[in-house]
Amino acid sequence: MKKFTSALVAATLGFGGIAAAEDTVKVGVLHSLSGTMAISETSLRDILLFTFDEINAAGGVMGKKIEPVVVDGASDWPLFAEKAEQLLAQDKTAVTFGCWTSVSRKSVLPVYEKYNGLLFYPVQYEGEEMSPNIFYTAEAVNQQAIPAVDFLLEDGYKKFYLIGTDYVYPQTTNLVLFEYLLSKGIPVENIGGGLRKDADGEVISAGNYTPFGHSDFQQIVADIKKFSASGDACVINTINGDANVPFFKEFAASGLTSEDCPVVSFSLSEDEFRSLPAKDLVGHLGCWTYFMSNESEANKKFIADFQAWLQKTEVPGIVKENRVTCSPMVLSYNGVYLWKAAVEKAKSFEPEKVMAALKSGVSFDGPGGTVTSQSNHHLTKNVYIGETLENGQFSVIKSFDNVVGEPFLKGTFMKK
Amino acid sequence: MSGRNSLSSLAKPFDSRTEWVTFFLLAAFVIIFPILSQMGMISSFQVGVWGKYLCYAVLAMSLNILWGYTGLLCLGQCLFFALGGYAFGMYLMLMIGEDPVYKTALPDFMDFQGYKELPWHWKPFYNPFFAVFAVVAVPGVVAFIFGALAFRSRIKGVYFSILTQALTYAATLLFFRNEFTFGGNNGFTDFKFIFGADIREESTTLALFVASGILLLVVYWGLAWLLKTKFGKVQRAIRDSENRVRFSGYSSTHYKVFIFVLSAIIAGLAGALYVPQAGIINPEEMKPSKGLDIVVWVAVGGRGTKFGPVIGAILISLLKSWSTRAFPEYWLIILGLVFVFVVLFMPDGIVGLFEKAKAYLRARKGGESDSGSSNIPVEAK
Repeated sequence: MKKFTSALVAATLGFGGIAAAEDTVKVGVLHSLSGTMAISETSLRDILLFTFDEINAAGGVMGKKIEPVVVDGASDWPLFAEKAEQLLAQDKTAVTFGCWTSVSRKSVLPVYEKYNGLLFYPVQYEGEEMSPNIFYTAEAVNQQAIPAVDFLLEDGYKKFYLIGTDYVYPQTTNLVLFEYLLSKGIPVENIGGGLRKDADGEVISAGNYTPFGHSDFQQIVADIKKFSASGDACVINTINGDANVPFFKEFAASGLTSEDCPVVSFSLSEDEFRSLPAKDLVGHLGCWTYFMSNESEANKKFIADFQAWLQKTEVPGIVKENRVTCSPMVLSYNGVYLWKAAVEKAKSFEPEKVMAALKSGVSFDGPGGTVTSQSNHHLTKNVYIGETLENGQFSVIKSFDNVVGEPFLKGTFMKK
Repeated sequence: MSGRNSLSSLAKPFDSRTEWVTFFLLAAFVIIFPILSQMGMISSFQVGVWGKYLCYAVLAMSLNILWGYTGLLCLGQCLFFALGGYAFGMYLMLMIGEDPVYKTALPDFMDFQGYKELPWHWKPFYNPFFAVFAVVAVPGVVAFIFGALAFRSRIKGVYFSILTQALTYAATLLFFRNEFTFGGNNGFTDFKFIFGADIREESTTLALFVASGILLLVVYWGLAWLLKTKFGKVQRAIRDSENRVRFSGYSSTHYKVFIFVLSAIIAGLAGALYVPQAGIINPEEMKPSKGLDIVVWVAVGGRGTKFGPVIGAILISLLKSWSTRAFPEYWLIILGLVFVFVVLFMPDGIVGLFEKAKAYLRARKGGESDSGSSNIPVEAK
């Protein structure tokens, strides 16, 4: 009798366990929720939780509810690797949405390859990478920097000043742009910011670089002023984060305006304007694959649903006031839906099969237009150029439809 | 005289039964943990995480011999850790071999920046023995130059602390620069092989854990021995009253330079073992905030005690790993609260708390209350 009871208990427990496991699928969220990157990355955690709730309310993924496992990378790169391994080895998540900085992605990449996991990466980056275990919903250089330059060329600008923070994204982007500008017939002397050459005279770095958090832009702005005296110059800005504030302040103080010399920035979205003053940037340009001001019905519904969700969510630590949406958030949102579509196409949660489905091409009609996954782990999507407004929004002045993401650009524009 | 005494105390570095028990518990942990993992009771992931904790513990000990026993608060200990890590990381980068994207044997960031051949100072790092030599030599030489200049000029106290912080900050800025040929902001990552073994294998993870454990035990034993020698006595005398040491005819500068270099080498060794386990080394590791982390570990565990830095480093790291999963976004707040609590209520850290409890029990038993408990004299606090 006793034996029978325990067997019954075991069977019930076992069955219960399986039933519970079948009802949900664990999904990892790996962003910095503390430390220097928290200000940007927390928004992505919020939008991901919103997306999961939205999908769960509509029946989940292949009948399973998404169970988020949120971990904090704490702006600490070795910790990102540890947390990624925890998600894969301990929590056994089917997929992870996460990372913002390139270095955090570089840190977790070997972990995803070791465990054969799947990571969706949502933030514009330098390319030159295609891990079999990462899907990049992010903007590649040809979905942000190159369209922006095309727009400026079309607008009649002939001189380009390159400026950025000294790390791999600006360095690579500017090197690609340098080659692109030369291929468009812009002479070397019309590309400002300085060049660094190796022993053979080949350019290994183009542009003017400052460290993270730099605050003294007097010299650089004076240089830009001289450079732009001819009236047909513009600035390509890949300065990261806070350092943009002193740069634009100095820029305005020197008497330069967006009329004389527009600055196009690639690291400033609506979300950054929650903490940076937008008034010094009015009239300058931004380039992303989504703007909150997009007029489409899908976008209006997306924003309204997100705001409604913010009001009623009980997750601690979520800021409810003055929230906006921006490109990295929408690319996170699109990523979840693309993953869902790929899982349903593959009829499996196995990363390998999901990745195969993604490579075969799945589409999602997102807030920024339709996005389609490609075999090179990147997306086809629309690109928009916007002018910064006083309220921290952008008004769209140009769009490029269905730009195919291409990670490997360095050297492709050079005339052999 | 002291020569023979010193050598005989090498076999018996610990004074009390408690110290021996502590050491053997530590040794037991280092031995039992891998056995449990072989039996499948501990995952490879946990072995990897604990291997990193052991490196942190060694790093904390290296700070403790400066701060706890010599009275030199070094806020740049993370620099020596990172230098050791970078030196070994250079070897690991070269062991990756041909990368899939660029089809060259150069580290990927060099391809990125258009290098066509390896810079000269990278070439010797193909040799693992040279890399290990550099792990010891680079932090040692940097510490010697900085230490000799600082201590000859009799810089001490808070001025010394600020200078060490400035040193590590300057190094951070230097390593951030892409043309410095150490990978800039991204640093080194995506390692594949170490001494011919695949770095992703579970056996490699285990081997690295064991190596970290052995380093921990050797350093623990060695530093305990050093404290018993005449050198250790002078070291503590410098902490308690440097002027008297100098008036007694000892050159406190030489002692301080030696201990600073030794501490840097130990930190460098810890960094070298840490990097293959963490999978990444970049300039963030030498940021001043990382240097302060180490100070917090030592303070929480109990500075000027043998076991304090070890337990402090492990507990705080454990707390970090746990809270970033259990309470995402509250980690820094939790750390801040713990530190404030320790400063206010546990000035001698966790070990100090035990000592107090022991003294209290002894007093209640009415037994003799005697020496050998706390190592910190009143004036050093």
